[in-house]
Amino acid sequence: MPMIQRHSILRVTTKLLTPFILMFALYVQFHGDFGPGGGFQAGVIFGAGFILYALIYGIEAAEKVAPPGIIRVVMTLGLLLYIGVGYFGMFLGGAFLDYNVLRQDPVQGQHLGITLVELGVGTTVAATMITIFFSFAGRMRRAGRSG
Amino acid sequence: MAVGIVRLDNLLAVVMLSGIYSLISASLFVTMDAVDVAFTEASVGGGIATVLMLATLALTGDTEKPGKGKLQIVPLAAVTITGALLIYGTLDMPSFGDPMAAIHQHVAPRYIEEAPKTTGIPNIVTSVLASYRGYDTMGELAVIFTAGIGVILILGSGRRRDD
Repeated sequence: MPMIQRHSILRVTTKLLTPFILMFALYVQFHGDFGPGGGFQAGVIFGAGFILYALIYGIEAAEKVAPPGIIRVVMTLGLLLYIGVGYFGMFLGGAFLDYNVLRQDPVQGQHLGITLVELGVGTTVAATMITIFFSFAGRMRRAGRSG
Repeated sequence: MAVGIVRLDNLLAVVMLSGIYSLISASLFVTMDAVDVAFTEASVGGGIATVLMLATLALTGDTEKPGKGKLQIVPLAAVTITGALLIYGTLDMPSFGDPMAAIHQHVAPRYIEEAPKTTGIPNIVTSVLASYRGYDTMGELAVIFTAGIGVILILGSGRRRDD
């Protein structure tokens, strides 16, 4: 996108802000059990930070950082992690999504289970947001070329 | 603002207004102490949804198709009746913040008393979402995943296949 090359204020601001947005997303993800937030919000913030980068620096640059194929694999991995934690609990003798059996101490088991599950939610949400944006952007690129 | 969204013909302005509306409702949620919901509203409603709607507008065009100009009676009646029913339904609801309301008597006290002890997590919202209501959250995640798959199938994956 050559037109965007000119907007130096936007480019510099984005460059400054992107790491902080991604960092904040990770904070919301892993601090979600103590403060407000959790996997869903963290995933959306991560995706939004990424989309901001893609908007300003162009889709090609963003695709170099996160190849769409890998993002799609990550999208499935998150959901699989969630379901996998559920089945793992079953494996250890509990019910589906029973975190008490993950550790010796039920409280620690709950904590571990919730952390893992939230991680699954976060990765899937972030990857899905990025994928949807890439799909729209790819469609736009094709439409721009044809007409 | 809602009236503005309905009346405007320029869809770009409509998208901007709905984004602002999302941010305002996010701050409303903050004043009601629902920080988690506010978070979601600000990032999804104000951020992602606005960007996606702008992308759609870039694909389709940003002016509304002119209407027929006539007053359409059936839709108007449907909207009025639904709205009236909804307002009638709220008459039975307990007043805001009433501690004796049914919703506060059912499982909420148990969550509030037990959640920090059984899960070791101070944020009750997180423990309810991920532990007590684990199935629901898994379903939600599956919904988001399916949405992603659907967009890929309809719009293509974003890669250029022809070159």
